[in-house]
Amino acid sequence: MILLTAPAAAAPEGVHPDDPLQSPFLPTVLQLVLPEGARVRFDDRVKVQFPAIAENQRQFPVQVDARAVPGVKRIIIFADLNPIQKAVEFAPHAAEAFIAIRIKLDQRTPVRAAVEVADGSWLLAGGWIDAAGGGCSAPPVSRVKGDWAQSLMQLRGRLWTTPGQKVARLALAVRHPMDTGFVDNVPSYWLESLQLRADGRLLADLALNASVAEDPAIMLMPHLLDGDSVTVRGRDSGGVELAGRVAGQSAIPAGAP
Amino acid sequence: MIARRHLLGALAGVPLLAAAPEYRLVAQPVAAGIWVVRGADAPIAMANGGAIANISIIATDAGAVLIDAGASHRHGRALAALARRLTGKPVARVYLTHLHPDHSFGASAFPAGLVAATPAVAAQVAGDAAGFSTGLYRLLGDWMRGTELPAPALVAEAGPVLIGGRQLRLFTLSGHSASDLAVLDEATGTLIAGDLVFHNRAPATPHADLPAWRRALDQLAGLGQQRLVPGHGPVDPTPGTAIAQTRAWLDWLEPALKAALEAGLTMVEAGDLPIPPRFAGLAVARLELQRSVAHFWPALEAARLPRVSD
Repeated sequence: MILLTAPAAAAPEGVHPDDPLQSPFLPTVLQLVLPEGARVRFDDRVKVQFPAIAENQRQFPVQVDARAVPGVKRIIIFADLNPIQKAVEFAPHAAEAFIAIRIKLDQRTPVRAAVEVADGSWLLAGGWIDAAGGGCSAPPVSRVKGDWAQSLMQLRGRLWTTPGQKVARLALAVRHPMDTGFVDNVPSYWLESLQLRADGRLLADLALNASVAEDPAIMLMPHLLDGDSVTVRGRDSGGVELAGRVAGQSAIPAGAP
Repeated sequence: MIARRHLLGALAGVPLLAAAPEYRLVAQPVAAGIWVVRGADAPIAMANGGAIANISIIATDAGAVLIDAGASHRHGRALAALARRLTGKPVARVYLTHLHPDHSFGASAFPAGLVAATPAVAAQVAGDAAGFSTGLYRLLGDWMRGTELPAPALVAEAGPVLIGGRQLRLFTLSGHSASDLAVLDEATGTLIAGDLVFHNRAPATPHADLPAWRRALDQLAGLGQQRLVPGHGPVDPTPGTAIAQTRAWLDWLEPALKAALEAGLTMVEAGDLPIPPRFAGLAVARLELQRSVAHFWPALEAARLPRVSD
């Protein structure tokens, strides 16, 4: 009985006593990915969703849905055991607390979200995923093909809106090798920021790291007015900029989640 | 020194290793002189040693013919011993239906001169086998000890082949992978279809070309077989049930993924799509759907998101 009521005492050194995933380094990882002194707690209202199998460790889809949490200021997606832990930091200024993205996995690891709420504290959730090694140390496909420069920073996108509904869906895809710096002599080089606006209103800011998968592909739920289009500005770590505009196209079909 | 002697003494007191894992293979008669060793209807895992594919054994006067060789050296060796017990003769030839490691890596246990594959598969052995091997060692550990896939020395060509008085017909197709071999035993009308056909198990698509796969299924449907041994799942006692089932899944999968993308779904949501009730009898359907999303989604997305750069 005593053991059952005092699990914290049994946690190995380095394991956060409340961590449901019992990751070996969570306290250290939190120091790397969150602001100093961040207060954290684990909260099931944050849904971190991904497939049961990491079929491709270079392109692993992760979706964070924190719409059940009021007042979300930021969402950070990170993987404890990746060499670049933080993948993306997303500030939904006028958007739902929802992001889907693909990341790299370097080995079996917890994949998590940290969600900052109004009082400045952070909510954590996530799960373990098994993965073959090397997602961060294999060369990007476009480096192997040699065509990365021809399409660099090319932006694709699509917007799904429903008349009278403020919540839209926005898919963005940017061609970028997202070099981690762990392959041969190729230095790290990544798409580092995206900013979305509609008619001058700031919708969202994203800060990305090289642990986001090659050719970053992102789904967001911005808040739009009828007839809005979304302008996108971005910059990579070499100072190359991108700009584009995504206009409303298709209605969200009934029954879509 | 004391500490070390202590340690050695302690080790001497316990079994050094758990017994090396052994494959417990069961042959199931299919037709006169043909058996199948059924694979587990599960993903490759430590619990099954990678023995998830169906392996067929055919008796001939010249020796046993194996269609596929298992996942590891030890698996191949166990299959060879089983074939000898069943047929009274050693293995005379091994046909590899395709390169996927659950079917091919057991060829490690046979001399290259007994192993036949299409030229495309032989070329893949030189190119892709190392990557598959790394993945298998990670998943299977000690089961894989000593496994090294040889370059097949014999060429499998489409057409009739006579081995020890047994007339076989080979079909070189593609679609499940870049090169898929199917084998028809003329005397019994048994079609051994490799992974072009799955039965009561969802098809796997890691290297699939869906239009080519459909064409291959069309061809397999018209060979006049009595029964069919699929790459995974139970033997189909009819000529076409498993072929139709495989085709139905592929026909559902591709439009379902395209529709999901058109509807603005994410990859995660596509992997959670409802699976139609008619596929309720297929093992690992959810897992294979999520794998297929990983295989097809990025290319579908690239084709369906318009360029919007200024």
